[in-house]
Amino acid sequence: MRYGSRVAAAILALGVGAAQAQDRIVIGMQLEPPNLDPTGGAAAAIDEVVYANVFEGLTRYRSDGTIAPGLAESWSVSDDGTVYTFHLRAGVKFHDGSEMTADDVKFSLDRARSDGSTNAQKSLFAGITDVDVVDSVTVKITLAAPNGGFITNMAWGDAVILAPETAERAATEPVGTGPFRFSRWVQGDRIELVRNPDYWGERPALESATFRFISDPTAAFAAVMAGDVDAFPAYPAPETLAQFDADPRFQLLIGSTEGETILSINNGSGSLGDVNVRRAISHAINRREIIDGAMFGYGTPIGTHFAPHNPDYVDLTDISAYDPELSRKLLAEAGAEDLTLSLKLPPPSYARRGGEIVAAQLRAVGIATEISNLEWAQWLEQVFRGKDYDLTIVSHTEPMDINIYARPDYYFQYDNPDFRNLMKDLDLASDPAERSEILAAAQRIIAEDYVNGYLFQLARTGVADARIQGLWPNAPTQANDLTGVSWRE
Amino acid sequence: MKVPAQLWFGAALSSAFVVAALVSLVWTPYPVDELSIDQRMRLPGDGYVLGTDQFGRDMLSMLMVGARTSIAVAIVAVGIGMAFGVPLGLLAAANRGKPVDEIVMRTNDLVFAFPSLVIAILITAVFGPSAFNAILAIGIFNIPVFARVTRGGALSLWTLDFVLSARVAGKSRLRISLEHILANITNLLIVQGTIQFSLGILAEAGLSYVGLGAQPPTPSWGRMLAESQTLVSLAPHIAAFPGLAIVLTVLGLNLMGDGLRDILDPRLRSTR
Amino acid sequence: MIGYAFFRLVSLCASLAAASIVIFGVIEVIPGDPAAFMLGVSATDDAVAALRAELGLEGGVTARYFSWVGGMLVGDFGTSYTYRVPVSELVLARLQVSLPLTLYALALSTAVAIPVGLAAAARRGGTADYGIMAATQLGIAVPNFWFAMLLVLVFSIGLGWFGAGGFPGWEAGFWTGVKALTLPAVALALPQASILARIMRSSLLEVLGQDYMRTARAKGLSGRQAVVSHGLRNALIPVMTILGLQFSFLLAGAIIIENVFFLPGLGRLIFQGIIQRDLIVVESVVMLLVFAVIMVTYLVDLTYAAIDPRLRRSI
Repeated sequence: MRYGSRVAAAILALGVGAAQAQDRIVIGMQLEPPNLDPTGGAAAAIDEVVYANVFEGLTRYRSDGTIAPGLAESWSVSDDGTVYTFHLRAGVKFHDGSEMTADDVKFSLDRARSDGSTNAQKSLFAGITDVDVVDSVTVKITLAAPNGGFITNMAWGDAVILAPETAERAATEPVGTGPFRFSRWVQGDRIELVRNPDYWGERPALESATFRFISDPTAAFAAVMAGDVDAFPAYPAPETLAQFDADPRFQLLIGSTEGETILSINNGSGSLGDVNVRRAISHAINRREIIDGAMFGYGTPIGTHFAPHNPDYVDLTDISAYDPELSRKLLAEAGAEDLTLSLKLPPPSYARRGGEIVAAQLRAVGIATEISNLEWAQWLEQVFRGKDYDLTIVSHTEPMDINIYARPDYYFQYDNPDFRNLMKDLDLASDPAERSEILAAAQRIIAEDYVNGYLFQLARTGVADARIQGLWPNAPTQANDLTGVSWRE
Repeated sequence: MKVPAQLWFGAALSSAFVVAALVSLVWTPYPVDELSIDQRMRLPGDGYVLGTDQFGRDMLSMLMVGARTSIAVAIVAVGIGMAFGVPLGLLAAANRGKPVDEIVMRTNDLVFAFPSLVIAILITAVFGPSAFNAILAIGIFNIPVFARVTRGGALSLWTLDFVLSARVAGKSRLRISLEHILANITNLLIVQGTIQFSLGILAEAGLSYVGLGAQPPTPSWGRMLAESQTLVSLAPHIAAFPGLAIVLTVLGLNLMGDGLRDILDPRLRSTR
Repeated sequence: MIGYAFFRLVSLCASLAAASIVIFGVIEVIPGDPAAFMLGVSATDDAVAALRAELGLEGGVTARYFSWVGGMLVGDFGTSYTYRVPVSELVLARLQVSLPLTLYALALSTAVAIPVGLAAAARRGGTADYGIMAATQLGIAVPNFWFAMLLVLVFSIGLGWFGAGGFPGWEAGFWTGVKALTLPAVALALPQASILARIMRSSLLEVLGQDYMRTARAKGLSGRQAVVSHGLRNALIPVMTILGLQFSFLLAGAIIIENVFFLPGLGRLIFQGIIQRDLIVVESVVMLLVFAVIMVTYLVDLTYAAIDPRLRRSI
């Protein structure tokens, strides 16, 4: 079909002598979303289809990670920082033709924070005490305590606005306010969106968009090469990027994600509670080799749990520099020379490949590992919830998530009162300079406690037809915003 | 009796891999548990006979150790199939037409009715992926095969004169099964064993390919194939050699099985 | 005959009941909570509990088993946890890919295997026979996922004749659909054709040795005429039996090939169901497949028994 339409386009171009602009796109994705309701599931794939395309929130992410107005044109904050007043855009319509009003906003936020809510990020709404409709285009939200991140919270995919009449069916027939409306879902294969002619904002250049689900990296390679998909923004096989780079038909889209990829250490498991053993593990790791071997060079080394593109990032990689000699010495001092650790790896290739390399590096300093490759469901149950592991490799993709180290029940089982106090200070601090200082101190504490082995910041490696413009190179949140995407003439 | 050429060829091919697997127990050209990223994806030659893989490990060494994994998994799976299937088949044949026979055969049908790969995936979902669980998954599906072959072979023997005279002499069904029947279906079992062995190697490759077999760093042909797939246009040898290893081993075993059948199973000789 | 049919029907029902218990039991012990999986790492405990209740995961084991079996008896296979649509709808959609793919692969394999088997049998012991037999051994030995990979490499990336995979749907046109299924069908057909050709050859040789064939030759029919008019039909019986087995095998057994070509087929539905812990889909679809295979076996047995009364006793 694609072949046919290309031929048709070529004939048209020859015959009429005028280039016919392409207005369809096929986007490749590795995982299929389980459903299409971003307020009722955690899968990144949901947002990758519907965020900014079908559904919109009060605010939204831009491609550089900053926050822009969404359905709320503007907002004001009370002096004590607890009351937010949002002024909504007038005349915004849902895809079913009904008007988007303050009632819908109240409904959506109340639904997300209700007792029976199945919102995967319920904590985003935890501080809200009241949502009041002032008039049809004004909403007043009252918080229990000031929250500097509230405007950002409202930009998450989990905080999009739905209408009460259609919310129940959002999982299979999403009705939002975005520039594209849902058209069709062929389960297991693709989802089709078409342009929303009544969109309040600038009319998107694309007439329709198809998301195709190709889980196998080889199949993904073949599909891009054969022109079956036009763009694969989160392309799963970095080893083949060099081939696309050398081919003028394609362009690479290399950017950053919010994913700190770490060798998580179970601080509560046996000798791993000893900071010197963890330190030995950290010094045994050669980050360069992992980035080259697992990611074929894509990725930035990190020394702490913070994104390098964030202005508050501190480069602490020297604290855990590669030093196998030191590592062996530390293990001998700690009396942990015959260590055998479990290494449980989730499915992504950074974990599977990275895991084999980490295992070899640990073996070189005398630590034996037992690798087991797990599916996500098993990983969640055994590692994340059950804390039945010694080591694992995973990318923490939530933005600004250093505060997870303040949770002793988190799967690292790291418990440091100093760090927790620091996070409390951060919540109260509003001065940017003070916040920077606190964040720098926090980064240093976890690096010096060697809580985890900090490996690299996951790169966003995408590939697309060379004629496509406007795709996001970075992934500040999980999204494939198609609003500004077009084919070059 | 003339030994067919294909038996020689098949036996030579399969024993080459068995020898490689055995040698790998004491020696491989390079260690397989050390990675050297800077040596990765080297083409064959220059110190590495078959080149290196995506982690810079020697392909030849990996294939040798991988042969060990494949052979071990397949042998144990055939063992499981025989250990359970043969007694069940003997039991069913000795009680032909009785409820025991019916239960054994219907259970056989039931196991056959389950999609085998799905069951293998379910087993690993429950117990986690490992070489042991791959053996289990392959072994379970070998049981009905051996039960059926045993029963079929035994049924025809029960009508023969020497068995009838043993019954007249007052020997128990159990004793007849063990003394007379089993001895006379050994050839059949050897032939079926060879076939199941080669199928086991293919099945192990398939399971490892979807990530359900032996876990890293243990090399396995199927996983080597899966991991090299995306590299096929960069370094074709990484994907080619494990595939060839599987093809040649299975081919060798199949040829050997055919040849053995010609020699051991007189009923089929006429059709060659 | 009626007695035999009834006896087999009872044992069929017992088999199905046993299968349902086995399937339900295995699904029950699979670690990994579907609700926790769907809501991910940031979910609060009460959100997970709310979702569990919504999905009907709460309640006793026996109650849930009987509501599952009871539902299936009246044609209700449950609602997918992840997709939130009825399982029967998903199965019907997937059959539109799996069924044609299976038939396509079988058609290809029969179209190749029967003439090849005939040719080998006709030149028994000759070079052509040896060559064909060696080729079929090779066809059996090649892992089909590896073969599929080579096909993609050559025909879609190299020559660009076919897409690398995916299925546009039958509404995109019949030939477009057939084209999309061609490479996967070829990959599936290779080992099946090899097996079939070998069976065709040996069953033909067996038939040729039978008395009625000699009679036919004695009547003055040429070798070719004798083979076509008498031999072929009899030789096809074991071939048909194997085809039946291959059909049910391919219907669900194409998981790996469906993955290589990212086809939305039945096998991948089960595979994804297991990975995403969409357990209701897994148990219902597996049960359906088992049911289909057991039913086919039952009907085949009855047919044989009707044709040949001796088989009734030996079961």
